[in-house]
Amino acid sequence: MSMEYAVLILLLPLVTFLLLGLVGTRFSARTAGLIGSGVLAVVACLAYVTAWNYFSMPRVEGVRVPVVPLNFEWLHFTDQLHIDLGILLDPISVMMLVVITTVSLMVHLYSLGYMKGERGFQRYYAFLSLFTFSMLGLVVATNIFQTYIFWELVGVSSYLLIGFYYTKPEAVAASKKAFIVTRFADLGFLIGILLLSYFTGTFSFERLTSGDASVFADAAGVTFLGGSVIAWAVALIFIGCAGKSAMFPLHIWLPDAMEGPTPVSALIHAATMVVAGVYLVARLFPVYFFQAPEVLVMIAVVGAFTSLYAAVVACVQTDIKRVLAFSTISQIGFMMVALGVSGMEGHEGLGYMASMFHLFTHAMFKALLFLGAGAIIHAVHSNEMKYMGGLRRQMPITHLTFLIACLAISGIPPFSGFFSKDEILAACFEFSPWMGGIMSFIAALTAFYMFRLYYNIFWAQPAVHEPGHEPHEAPANMTIPLVILAAISCVAGFIPFGHFVSADGQSLTTHLEGSVAVTSVVIACVAIGIATVLYRKGTNPVPAHLAERFKGLHKAAYHRFYIDEFYQFVTHRIIFRYISRPIAWFDRHVIDGALNGLAWSAQRLSYAIRGLQSGQIQQYAYVFLLGTLIIVVLVLWV
Amino acid sequence: MDYTNFLLMRDELSLVAVMVLLLLYDLFGSARSLRHFQLVACLLFGLHTLICLFPHRPVEAFGGMYIYKPMLTIVKSILNVGTLLVFMQAHTWLESERTVIRRGEFYFLTLSTLLGMYFMMSAGNFLLFFIGLETASIPMATLAAFDKYKRKSAEAGAKYILSAVFASALSLYGISLIYGTTGTLYFDDVAVRITGNPLQIMAFVFFLVGMCFKISIVPFHLWTADVYEGAPTNVTAYLSVISKGSAVFVLMTILYKVFGNIVMQWQGILYGLVIVTITVANLFAIRQKNLKRFLAFSSISQAGYILLGVISGNALGMTSLVFYVLVYMVSNLGAFGVISVIEQRTGKVMMDDYNGLYKTNPYLSLVMMFSLFSLAGIPPFAGFFSKFFIFAAAASEGYYILVLIALLNTILSLYYYLLVVKAMFINPSEQPIAPFRSDNYTRVSLVACMAGVFLLGILSVVYQQISLFSFGM
Repeated sequence: MSMEYAVLILLLPLVTFLLLGLVGTRFSARTAGLIGSGVLAVVACLAYVTAWNYFSMPRVEGVRVPVVPLNFEWLHFTDQLHIDLGILLDPISVMMLVVITTVSLMVHLYSLGYMKGERGFQRYYAFLSLFTFSMLGLVVATNIFQTYIFWELVGVSSYLLIGFYYTKPEAVAASKKAFIVTRFADLGFLIGILLLSYFTGTFSFERLTSGDASVFADAAGVTFLGGSVIAWAVALIFIGCAGKSAMFPLHIWLPDAMEGPTPVSALIHAATMVVAGVYLVARLFPVYFFQAPEVLVMIAVVGAFTSLYAAVVACVQTDIKRVLAFSTISQIGFMMVALGVSGMEGHEGLGYMASMFHLFTHAMFKALLFLGAGAIIHAVHSNEMKYMGGLRRQMPITHLTFLIACLAISGIPPFSGFFSKDEILAACFEFSPWMGGIMSFIAALTAFYMFRLYYNIFWAQPAVHEPGHEPHEAPANMTIPLVILAAISCVAGFIPFGHFVSADGQSLTTHLEGSVAVTSVVIACVAIGIATVLYRKGTNPVPAHLAERFKGLHKAAYHRFYIDEFYQFVTHRIIFRYISRPIAWFDRHVIDGALNGLAWSAQRLSYAIRGLQSGQIQQYAYVFLLGTLIIVVLVLWV
Repeated sequence: MDYTNFLLMRDELSLVAVMVLLLLYDLFGSARSLRHFQLVACLLFGLHTLICLFPHRPVEAFGGMYIYKPMLTIVKSILNVGTLLVFMQAHTWLESERTVIRRGEFYFLTLSTLLGMYFMMSAGNFLLFFIGLETASIPMATLAAFDKYKRKSAEAGAKYILSAVFASALSLYGISLIYGTTGTLYFDDVAVRITGNPLQIMAFVFFLVGMCFKISIVPFHLWTADVYEGAPTNVTAYLSVISKGSAVFVLMTILYKVFGNIVMQWQGILYGLVIVTITVANLFAIRQKNLKRFLAFSSISQAGYILLGVISGNALGMTSLVFYVLVYMVSNLGAFGVISVIEQRTGKVMMDDYNGLYKTNPYLSLVMMFSLFSLAGIPPFAGFFSKFFIFAAAASEGYYILVLIALLNTILSLYYYLLVVKAMFINPSEQPIAPFRSDNYTRVSLVACMAGVFLLGILSVVYQQISLFSFGM
């Protein structure tokens, strides 16, 4: 079946961006918002149609084959090595199309209410469209270079949106931080791409992941510091993924990115862009699995450590968006671990499937959590827990949907998070009991900090609000997306996901691992119980006592274990002082001096030869003839 | 004689048809219908452009006098599109009180020069080549003097015709020496009989400087600034883009096809000319205050870069040269379009007049800025790609020092291009040019130029298409 219309999914947001970006201010804010949302609704419908058509295509020998409805050569280097731009539809890219367009549509609708009356409303929608375009382009890329192009474009859109409130110094600093950190990681990505393409002679995903060992024949025997060159290349690519997906130690930008508007956090920093790293590892999974299994183990370890670290930090944060940010980091860690422990064939590929499944469910409930947090912030005008409390009465819809999301992320059946997380845990236990144990512990921490957050917002002691500023439920255009996402979070777990997405393309039927499922539910319930006892009333003195008792640990966790301070020290004290300053001096005195000298002499020379252009035609003819004769003389006698 | 030979010259016949139709229309059209003259002219010429867009099989007519190759379609199409853009930009000027009655002449003269260029490019013999060259030059002088009641315009016409005659004379002298030493004027026969003896070398140099005059290579460029300044702006645009582009292309073909045996000698000559041209033109451009003079020197230095493509002498060089001319055309016409429309509205052409233009005419300023950025070769505009390809072609032949000098000059050129941008965007002004609405013809042409500036570099298909044809050279 021809699916050329899929190109519209990419083009429509781009057109919207150009329209709103160039002449957006000619529209009223309302019109601009409606244009953005309307176009995105169309795009979402197209994505659903694409998904329907793709998944209803017959399998070839039991395998879902990729479809390339469009591909054209953009830059030609050699017959093998060329950069293409195209659209690749395969199970994971189609799944991502659905995720991105759905969440983006919800965010577009939600922003109509949330951003109402903000300065630069049109600009906001233009940037949202740009982001959606870039993210969609990233997931449908047919080759790794196209991925890189769009990878940078999502980075730029993220930068623009984090710094949306550009009059706020924190927002500007956060946008710069996000951009620089991810850009730094992308350097690794670029080197990885260059290495990979140099040795394989191709950028194309189809060739790289075909499982055909001859692609990597040129790299055979080439090693560097004990690792094969392909392992180095994919490890470098993983650095790019770690930057985008906020893996330790490159996670430092994500909590600060919360300075952006909350719907943006929901879209970019919870559901879509931050999982791009996971997506890319999944996209290149056969390369990792066959060529560099040791890197896959490293990914699992990094993922597990990040997940644990972020979960611990999330337990003590008081800014609700930061709690959610660390929770996001922790959950992405889960996805990375699942990929890291996964195999390829049949049931071995459970981790891969689980990772993608979790990506899908997480996108929905985490977007829901962020949008809910946005509604709360909208109501109380603060991110701090101490200004909240008791909101369940004033904001019933937000409360209910937030509760569903919390249950989903904690892994309580029948909400979606239970199913995906359960499969990740099952895959971890198959890999090693240690890994399974650690991840189960993190799952318990997840349930604990989420319910700590939930009780502090909706129960506990109501904060005192100024008269006339009592919190109230958000308007309908904000609550409707919440309800839709909540509904998805309730039922998404029952999707037979392995039927659609699996490591080898074969249908993978999963069943609940009784022991794992029961254990995980029990520990989640215990963790929720603890949170209930500690935080429901808001008067229990135990948390404060614990904080006092373990003061050092609490303080360190609150300050995110001083990772940011460490970076600050390295950049400001060491790099700026001992490297940047001497370079700056050299630039100012030597390079600028040379250029100023050049400019000065150019001016002088220009002045000196001005007589040549006298305006007299006789002289012109004279110079003309002289020039001719000089050439003749030079050619014949020199 | 076989008269069916004429039918093989499709592009020339179509052009002549357009010329004759327009001439008749101008003579016999009623005053009412003549109000649409501009529209009809553009449509007719547009039709001609469309016809010429399709390549046909290679032919030789009149015993090898006239030669057609598919590559010519690309080049002629580039010239056609450029001419069409110039026609559209000339709308305001042609509708102005003094010019309106003579607009038929303008089209006839311009198309005559274009016809000359067609013959020049399709020639297989020095004789037809020379006729084409003269057909392209003489009407050009009348075009330069089109605003004859303006002293500067008359002066431009006089200077152009005198210089052109001088250059043609030298060229013709060279051609006669070639005939004397080889006994033939057919390109193919001359090519095998060129042995590189001193007389032939001298003949070649005389021929070359005639072409260098047209392309305005230093030191044969002195007429350029005065003529560009004095001629009506649209004529200047035509002169700087179409006339130059055709001459470059002819030069490239003849150097390879006819003087292939003395390639060492002419590469040496061009080496020196490139350096002198780029450097001197840039040095002069820095001090210009009149924007038309400024663009004159800018176009001289661009010509130096174009010669860089000629010198590299491989398929890559040929492709990048044609691509460079195309990109240079849209960028330069973008800049000239803005200057032309502002000159028509306000009569201002000095750089200081442009102070604060962004505040009053933001779109025109942006067009100007993008055009200048493209001329300067700043990514991601098309000019960056064309410069890149041409440098790559020269570097691949080992001309590293030449490329380095050209690169240094690019930095220098950035300075003066940015001066204009600075004037428009940063310099404050007491009396900026008042906001106005430009006519639709100009708008369409400027949008087309901007599309070229933004897309030509990114859409690799254009470059690949040219590359495909240039292998047939």
